[in-house]
Amino acid sequence: MAAIHLSGLTKDYPGGVRALDGIDLTVADGEFFALLGPSGCGKTTLLRTVAGLEEATGGAVRIGGDDVTRTPPGRRDVAMVFQDYALFPHMTVADNIAYPLRIRKVPAARRRDKAAETARELGLGDHLARRPGQLSGGQQQRVALARAMACHPSAFLFDEPLSNLDARLRLEARTFLKRLQRDLRVTTVFVTHDQAEALALADRIAVLEAGRVRQTGTPTEIFRRPANTFVASFIGSTPMNLLPGTVERGGGHVTVGGVPLPAGPARAALTGGEEVVYGIRPEYLTFSGTPGPGGGALPGTVTVVENMGSTQLVTLEGPAGTVQVVVPEDTPAEPGGAGYAVPRSDRVLLYREGQLVG
Amino acid sequence: MATDAAGLGRRRAAVFVAPALLLVAGFLVLPALWTIYLGATDYQLTGLAAADPQFTGLDNARRALDEDEFTHSLGLTLQFVVGSAVLGQALLGFTIAWLLRDRTGPLRRLVEALVLLAWILPSSVVAFLWIALLDRDGGTLNTLLGSGNTAWLVEHPMASIIVFNIWRGTAFSMMLYAAALGTVPPSQLETARLAGASAWQQLRDVVLPLIRGHVLTNLLLISLWTFNDFTPFLLTGGGPGDATETLPVFIYNTALFGGELGYGAALSVLMLLINLVIALVYTRLLRAREKAAS
Repeated sequence: MAAIHLSGLTKDYPGGVRALDGIDLTVADGEFFALLGPSGCGKTTLLRTVAGLEEATGGAVRIGGDDVTRTPPGRRDVAMVFQDYALFPHMTVADNIAYPLRIRKVPAARRRDKAAETARELGLGDHLARRPGQLSGGQQQRVALARAMACHPSAFLFDEPLSNLDARLRLEARTFLKRLQRDLRVTTVFVTHDQAEALALADRIAVLEAGRVRQTGTPTEIFRRPANTFVASFIGSTPMNLLPGTVERGGGHVTVGGVPLPAGPARAALTGGEEVVYGIRPEYLTFSGTPGPGGGALPGTVTVVENMGSTQLVTLEGPAGTVQVVVPEDTPAEPGGAGYAVPRSDRVLLYREGQLVG
Repeated sequence: MATDAAGLGRRRAAVFVAPALLLVAGFLVLPALWTIYLGATDYQLTGLAAADPQFTGLDNARRALDEDEFTHSLGLTLQFVVGSAVLGQALLGFTIAWLLRDRTGPLRRLVEALVLLAWILPSSVVAFLWIALLDRDGGTLNTLLGSGNTAWLVEHPMASIIVFNIWRGTAFSMMLYAAALGTVPPSQLETARLAGASAWQQLRDVVLPLIRGHVLTNLLLISLWTFNDFTPFLLTGGGPGDATETLPVFIYNTALFGGELGYGAALSVLMLLINLVIALVYTRLLRAREKAAS
């Protein structure tokens, strides 16, 4: 068991590409930690640097208190599960699981027992003599997990653990992975580009962009209060509406597309006349076909209605720009009709120069 | 109604294939059969037996197996194949490919260019270069090593042609192994590294099992090529004495310089049979591997 500390971690590739730009992060002992970001943000490089597969240009990696920045990967006591699982096709499931033990010169009999035991825990007991090519994708993933578990490392590193599974299996594997991590209580860092996966699995998330950490926090913190417009637009299954607005005198309202809207919790930190970005998630807007009595509704024309099962995603074009609203399944909304979106004032977020206000 | 994909039917398809079959028959099958027939006669280049060759059955084959010359030559050929192809070209080619696997840029291009150059130069040019290199009087190697007047081709004839053939043919193995190493998923090597595997353990546990098919194919091809290689003749002519008389050279000397066409033909047939055995062994190994994989 071990915590992971990264301080000032920098990675430059030849040719002047800076993949990691001064990363400071702490992953607590036993924590399930997600590195989230769009492709090319450096999240995989960061994971590989923790593993020792990439050498840091600057800064330090500490695992369990030991500085391992210059330690070769084999002596860091971490196990990694790769996106393609990296199972050895010529070895049986049992040999695959026992491979790290074999390298550590554990006697053959104990290796066999340990492999069988780990396989049983992960529901692979019947497949020990098979080869990876004879297993389904989900089983292959569990073999890779078993191989990582068998040698009891102080940390697990998962690179896009669910991305090679089909959609249905992915949900199943997600639940399985979360329960497994909770049972084992081993510090685990995983990389994903899928915000839903990060929110569902992780105890804490670091959102990365262009080699920098843009925000760290629990899934709730990141979802409720994205620290900047990048995180705001990246997190959430439908991106947050980010609309340009002007603070009215007194600070109680922000004018967006000519409509004064309540400024929400950040009210006290505003000065009249300043330009802000008004952020509201599609889930926190109420849609109706009429302006309603109280005002404070963004008007527009319905352009697209997307059915999402139990909800619909309605896109409005109006003076404020494009506004998306999530509405219940039975709400009547037709393209071409008029629509009004009323924000839930306690969920309004305001951004000044890209940073969250208040 | 024709049932084949092209809708030709057997008869018209046969017409299309006929020219190719005729060429194969005329230039491959007939000479081969002719060689087998010649091998069963006492046909000579000159003299009585040239005018009126007699059928002697298996006498030639029996003579080959009885006389030391043939077994001596076969032994040299095996030395040549094992030393220069299996150990030399394959090992060196793999080593270069392994060392260059992560490299890009000028060093890799330079090494590849030099190795390839040795492969694509015409044999006559290469032979001249090596004669100059190994020459007793003022040869390049003697000058470099300061080894006086060592006549390399006379004092170490087999070693010379083995080293020569390694130099000459490593490019093929290097390119084949470079391509093979490209098929090894980096994540598998990294998994082994994370488990603490040394470079040798990574080779043994990950790389070699994955590229076993490439290795066998490589060994099959270079073994056959080297077995049939005639280039050493350009360096040594089979000499001094019969010290470098590998089978192709032995047959050439017997049939054309010795004039014993019948005996030479019989030797050629024996050599063909040995080639077949080598090919069979390798394909058997390859098939065993495929069976294990499925």
